[in-house]
Amino acid sequence: MQKAVQTKAVNYRKPSVGRTLKQNRTLILMCVPAILFFLIFAYLPMPGAYIAFTNFQYNMGIFKSPFVGLKNFQFLFTSGQLGLLLKNTVLYNLAFIVLGNMLQLAFAIMLNEVASKGYKKTAQSIMFLPYFISDVLVSLLVYNMINYDFGFISHLVRSLGGDMPKVYQNAGAWPYIIIMVHLWKSTGYGTVVYFAAITGMDSSMMEAAQIDGANAWQRIRYITLPTLKPTVIILFLFAIGGILKGNFGLFYNLVGNNSMLFKTTDIIETYVYRSMMNSFNFSQSSAVGLFQSVVGFFIVLGANAFVKHLDPDYALF
Amino acid sequence: MTVRNESARHVMHTTHIRKDKTQIAINVVTYILVTLFCIMCILPFWMIIASSFSTEDAIRRTGFTLWPSDMSTYSYELLFRSPDQMIGAYIVTICLTLAGTAIGLFLVAMTGYALQRRDFPYRNKIMFYIYFTSLFSAGLVPFYLLMVQYLNLRDSYFAILLPLLMSPWLIVLMKNFVKAIPHEITESGKIDGAGDFMIFVKLILPNLKPALATIGLFLALSYWNEWYYSSLFLTTKVEYRPLQYHLYNVINKVASLKNSVAGSNVVITDLPGETLKMATAVVATGPIILLYPFVQKYFVAGLTVGAVKG
Repeated sequence: MQKAVQTKAVNYRKPSVGRTLKQNRTLILMCVPAILFFLIFAYLPMPGAYIAFTNFQYNMGIFKSPFVGLKNFQFLFTSGQLGLLLKNTVLYNLAFIVLGNMLQLAFAIMLNEVASKGYKKTAQSIMFLPYFISDVLVSLLVYNMINYDFGFISHLVRSLGGDMPKVYQNAGAWPYIIIMVHLWKSTGYGTVVYFAAITGMDSSMMEAAQIDGANAWQRIRYITLPTLKPTVIILFLFAIGGILKGNFGLFYNLVGNNSMLFKTTDIIETYVYRSMMNSFNFSQSSAVGLFQSVVGFFIVLGANAFVKHLDPDYALF
Repeated sequence: MTVRNESARHVMHTTHIRKDKTQIAINVVTYILVTLFCIMCILPFWMIIASSFSTEDAIRRTGFTLWPSDMSTYSYELLFRSPDQMIGAYIVTICLTLAGTAIGLFLVAMTGYALQRRDFPYRNKIMFYIYFTSLFSAGLVPFYLLMVQYLNLRDSYFAILLPLLMSPWLIVLMKNFVKAIPHEITESGKIDGAGDFMIFVKLILPNLKPALATIGLFLALSYWNEWYYSSLFLTTKVEYRPLQYHLYNVINKVASLKNSVAGSNVVITDLPGETLKMATAVVATGPIILLYPFVQKYFVAGLTVGAVKG
């Protein structure tokens, strides 16, 4: 670092743009694949968002389809469709964030209190396993457990004399199922993150407390939790920033095209996907998508500003 | 530092003897809850395996059980009697995973290295250009139309290979890993007259092994578990689908289930639908579960580096 500064200091005039480009041409070239990648797959589609303001005809393409102004949005607002999607998406995410973080934090703190290193390691590995599998397989695991005719749990309930509802026809049951499956899949991941934060903590305070005779509960209550507070708050804020983004893979694989369940399970992503792939309603689909992107963008900005206010080191930009 | 640690360990050891009650309570609760959760994490996998070895009759009678009540390998025999679909799916997935991981890993590492060079004046601008894409996107429809109408990638395996090569998150994660390599290594390369690219290949890459393992695994996993882009871009015209999309079809579409054992001369009504789904799942997911114990430590390492400050 020192040397770099020195060699640069030799050119005491501010180098011209052309000179800087030439000096850094290799580093620039090394970034070119990434620049092209994001240009093609992320920036090129952006003008296509225009489709949300058209009555899209597939054979005419995006920019020749008739312009209809805000009609697509109007329909989505007045029909109540967008309201339902927003409600479902936000409520599911809130449940995921709040319950998920509580569970992950509790598991991480508890694991930290266990003395056996082998148990800690094994438990982390096993809890992490569900993160590894595709949502396709998750849907089969769930089916295996709760489907009315053959499901393991359904049979268990019946053999105990109870009666299991036909869950695949019962919209009311799905918020619970989806939240549980999500927690099942993501708890290991979050626990590992929090566990890493705990083990990275400065241990001197902990040792001092121990010498002063603080018991385990007091150490958790007065040292571990307060030390973790900034991490928790920041992760929470970023999670709030993504509150309009749904976990498409999970929802779509669990529910699929089962319209009996849409009332409680349809989120923005699943609606966008279905209305494009199944009903070929490109305009409305992209209107919902654009609404999500724009509103979501401002929510992220807000969350980031909040984080910056708390601790500039953690802000994204 | 070490001295203090030693003494601390000593203190802990002596206080250990008069273990407080809350510690015991917490430990008991931990062992019970964590062990229960661990069982819940494994049980469903076991259920799939047990079900795949049951007879269809037994499942009709008693549902999916913890232990196959009538042991049978019939569904596997059916699968392997006409293995074309499965073998094709395996080849497609393995090729995509190998190619995607190798190319993606190289590009992510190269970009990550360039973007953390403190003497690279454009690094912040380029990083923002990349990062912005995770803040705002045009949405699914324009992306889909670009791929299908303009890039003509319908029914092409490139439609799966390309979009998964990089992500802002992987580049940030790589940047954090590269930061740990002292800048002096780059400096020493410069003094020896090496260009930036040679420094990256000869001096940086060999020091990046843990990072490459971690990010390579994230990439490999996203290719292995791929079904989303397949469902968007691969239509019925494609003969062989990636594994997870094949599994998706077997689970969700009766026609695909029949096709998966076409040529095995089984009357359709006799088809053991439930056990066949389970057996397909076992065959499609088996390798990743078997590899899991060996690779999971790299994931834990990756999360530790990149998760909190992403």
